[in-house]
Amino acid sequence: MPRVCEICQGAKAILRRPKTGQSICKECFFRVFETEVHNTIVDNKLFRRGDRVGIGASGGKDSTVLAYVMKTLNERYDYGLDLFLLSVDEGISGYRDDSLETVKRNKEQYELPLLIVSYEQLYGWSMDAIVETVGRKNNCTFCGVFRRQALDRGALMLDLDHIVTGHNADDVAETILMNIFRGDIPRLGRCTEIATSGDGYITRSKPFKYAYEKEIVMYAYFRKLDYFSTECTYSPNAYRGYAREFLKDLEAVRPSAILDIIHSGEAMQVASEVKLPSQTSCERCGYISSNRVCKACVLLEGLERGVPQLGIGKSVKKTQDLLAGRTATRSGRAVDVVHFDKLRKHAQEMRHERCTGCTCDTSAPGT
Amino acid sequence: MSITVDVEFSGGLELIMKDKVRQATVSLPATADGKPTTVRQVILYVRDNLVADKPQLFSTENTVRPGVLVMINDSDWEVEGENDYQVQDKDKVLFISTMHGG
Ligand SMILES: [Zn+2]
Ligand SMILES: [Zn+2]
Repeated sequence: MPRVCEICQGAKAILRRPKTGQSICKECFFRVFETEVHNTIVDNKLFRRGDRVGIGASGGKDSTVLAYVMKTLNERYDYGLDLFLLSVDEGISGYRDDSLETVKRNKEQYELPLLIVSYEQLYGWSMDAIVETVGRKNNCTFCGVFRRQALDRGALMLDLDHIVTGHNADDVAETILMNIFRGDIPRLGRCTEIATSGDGYITRSKPFKYAYEKEIVMYAYFRKLDYFSTECTYSPNAYRGYAREFLKDLEAVRPSAILDIIHSGEAMQVASEVKLPSQTSCERCGYISSNRVCKACVLLEGLERGVPQLGIGKSVKKTQDLLAGRTATRSGRAVDVVHFDKLRKHAQEMRHERCTGCTCDTSAPGT
Repeated sequence: MSITVDVEFSGGLELIMKDKVRQATVSLPATADGKPTTVRQVILYVRDNLVADKPQLFSTENTVRPGVLVMINDSDWEVEGENDYQVQDKDKVLFISTMHGG
């Protein structure tokens, strides 16, 4: 005896929602899933009409569903957004090559322009080359630091106003747990925010902040979306893995646990006496940094001088002070990392070219 | 009497199966101890016969591990009775891992 949809009372139920416990049919599922994301976007005023929005696309399930849903909602509700796919190629053979093929197919399927920025091209080092040098121990540190900057660089190349990422409710809950376990109060405050302004950089947001991973996977399945699923071939983040397992065990007992954790995280206030590091720009590359030289530049210098442990662990602050005021040493393989001021100027010129007949002055700095 | 069930793996689960198979046909007795065969028996069969590597990524405590979605004939198994669903001949059971990649 098939169960009937609890929303339309007509069609056969094909899914039980973890959020509400309701059993619903395929069409109702598509509608409620899309509408909830739309409500998240509207309630949080994530976009303005005319915004150029890059979808951080990895070829995985979350970003593939995000690209599809963003395109659908932009058309259905006439947001007036210019959408782009923005991908980072870390240079991990057998992993990223395959997932980038998926992104290239998505580009055709969704008819969205695609920009791929690679570590090799931006920094002169692919992850494969980095792992060859540093081994498999700290490579995730390099990857994380480089990815964040790579997305900002790509965003300036496309002159974006905004980057959306596929982080879902499970990811956010997991990050909240990890920050609590580590006592990382500044990060706890930041990770619950749906949008971060990035201190004058491009705004980043998570339209799937309240969307359950289960529903994202089901959505991809029922819409027959084309995505890629393999773990990164280099050492997985074991700590996150445990947090994830713990979260999944909690969810199995109590499906609302994921949203409960997000709400708890949002309700926690960072006390005003907790000092958040003040921000300045890196004197080498112009990237936002809490030190005179940013982490990416420190890591790069370490790689190029053959002392990759330079930027890792407790010595970071010391190294950053040490490097301040010195010019970077360049070995044969290194590329000159483009300064952010140059990228910003380029973005401004692109903006000028688009606004035909306007009177904006491209020679004026930082408008 | 026996029944055959079509099992499929995706979301990265195929990578821990023998020969990285995405699909297999499984033959099971229609009843066990006088009771109809349930999807739990299918899960245990897969765990014991098809998983090559890291069985804990597929199954814990005699069912799928949390984070593995199960689709029975294109429906979420949570609307079909989960572990106690009585499998029919020619049923399709799909296992999707949600723990891989973003
Ligand atoms: Zn319905
Ligand atoms: Zn820098």
